[in-house]
Amino acid sequence: MFDVLGVPPQVLFGQLLLGLINGSFYALLSLGLAVIFGMLNVINFAHGALYMIGAFVAWLLLNKLGLGYWWALGLSPLVVAAVGVVLEKTMLSRLYKLDHLYGLLLTFGLALIFEGAFRHLYGVSGQPYPIPDLLKGGQNLGFMFLPNYRGWVVVASLVVCLGTWFAIERTRLGAYLRAATENPVLVQAFGINVPVMITATYGFGVALAGLAGVLAAPIYQVSPLMGTNLIIVVFAVVVIGGMGSILGAILTGLGLGLLEGLTKVFYPEASNIVVFVVMAIVLLIKPAGLFGRER
Amino acid sequence: MAAKSHANPSQATIAVRQPGQDNASRLILVGLGLAAAVAAPFVLYPVFVMKVLCFALFACAFNLLIGFAGLLSFGHAAFFGGAAYITAHAAKVWGLSPEISILLGTAFAGLLGLAVGALAIRRQGIYFAMITLALSQMVFFMALQLKFTGGEDGIQGVPRGHLFGAIDLNDPLAMYYFVLAVFLIGFALIWRTVHSPFGQVLKAIRENEPRAISLGYRTERYKLLAFVLSASLAGLAGGTKSLVFQLASLTDVTWQMSGEVVLMTLLGGMGTLFGPVVGAGIVVTLESYLAGTNLPVPVVIGAIFVVCVLVFRRGIVGELQALMARRRKA
Repeated sequence: MFDVLGVPPQVLFGQLLLGLINGSFYALLSLGLAVIFGMLNVINFAHGALYMIGAFVAWLLLNKLGLGYWWALGLSPLVVAAVGVVLEKTMLSRLYKLDHLYGLLLTFGLALIFEGAFRHLYGVSGQPYPIPDLLKGGQNLGFMFLPNYRGWVVVASLVVCLGTWFAIERTRLGAYLRAATENPVLVQAFGINVPVMITATYGFGVALAGLAGVLAAPIYQVSPLMGTNLIIVVFAVVVIGGMGSILGAILTGLGLGLLEGLTKVFYPEASNIVVFVVMAIVLLIKPAGLFGRER
Repeated sequence: MAAKSHANPSQATIAVRQPGQDNASRLILVGLGLAAAVAAPFVLYPVFVMKVLCFALFACAFNLLIGFAGLLSFGHAAFFGGAAYITAHAAKVWGLSPEISILLGTAFAGLLGLAVGALAIRRQGIYFAMITLALSQMVFFMALQLKFTGGEDGIQGVPRGHLFGAIDLNDPLAMYYFVLAVFLIGFALIWRTVHSPFGQVLKAIRENEPRAISLGYRTERYKLLAFVLSASLAGLAGGTKSLVFQLASLTDVTWQMSGEVVLMTLLGGMGTLFGPVVGAGIVVTLESYLAGTNLPVPVVIGAIFVVCVLVFRRGIVGELQALMARRRKA
């Protein structure tokens, strides 16, 4: 077999695949953040915690109710969306007239509460979640071995991301959403119920995080700490991509995941910080972000 | 906060100078506070009061940015913890005296603040918060992986040494008055900054940045200088703390620490001079109380955050000031 710069191809492609999976999660999460920010002007710090809750709901469904992966894939995002709707209705909606920073501070507090509560109940060690029977095993692609489940995660995330892009950019409901992002007062004057739309948007955005949590459960262990460390990287992804474009968020997420995978192969010590370094460089060259507009 | 911060009612009623009578009562209050600080180690456990003082200075430094320039940094732990590592390393490995070690830590925090600030001020509002958070997480990962920081163990057994080569800081009282002096110097510097023409420009930027620009101020420079000053003072607090506890550890550079200093300032009152001191006192007391119970600390801290943001945005000192202002009118 051929080597790439002294690295065997199995290692290289294995890390690239892992990078692609991480990138899919970055894409799903930053997409949710961007949709929420567009509508609510809130940066949702609790996004990581809700991703963690999505994974925990899947784990609880399996261990308490005996409902497997496919049930979780449907139910878990719904539970997370319900939590999101309650949060939006009771707390976030009081802050829209204030400085955006208060939304960040509120959701930061919520993230601490969720993470602390799950830590208190389940400890810091991760809980294993089995890969569903249908997706066990893998394919030999000649140059690497592709575990079925990992392939599924990449495909499923891409389908959801592109579906979201289609729904927002190409449907009537999406047109209302984009219009309400630009000018909520005018859209309301046309007889569209904007407050309901805002609540639904937040529910949908966090449901994406919950879905990412379920997808992640069999790959990483289900742990109370899985969310917040991830969300800080996603913040950097959002700064790099800019929140102006949905396709931009997806591409940036995937690209940075791949870059992280490559760094793990060639210079593992820097793999944790490579995204932040890219963020610093992008800020120097194009402060508005790769796909962003200055606003 | 950018251009929209003037729509924020919670910050519109701060820093009004009162004439005559109020100055006298304010002087009495400051005198009482000083007397209490001098007497504190005879009543309370000195290490506890020193911890409060370090965090109070940290929160005051943070407040200089959010309260007076309107910039929310979510990464101040990088300066606090970074300086703690440098001070601890200088005191333990290089064997330098405590005052030089702390100054080295402070200088490091200032330089780090220059780098982080120069990047962060390129964006505004929540982007500013996200960038500072991301860069401080980078500092965290470096602290985790670099050799000299000791990874998960941190730098332990840092010697307190002799101040100016003469005063033995292993004596708890000497250490206490040294920490008190450091705090007072830092606080005086912040007070002077806020009441200087420079501080006025910062407030103008907070209230309406485009207008400050149109008046001819190079707001970027003001913001960067405020950032470096705030980072250095946070470093001063962190370096001092590493000598108090004789330890520099990963805890000091985590995002939770950045969040904690935000909470102290929010709880005490953003944009008030004494608010962060009050907030730091309450949060440190609460944490040492909770450590003895079975309640999970992050949940309580998070809940206070939520309550503060929803119903108590002026903070304790801010509410008191508003109350007094209402009385004066009546």
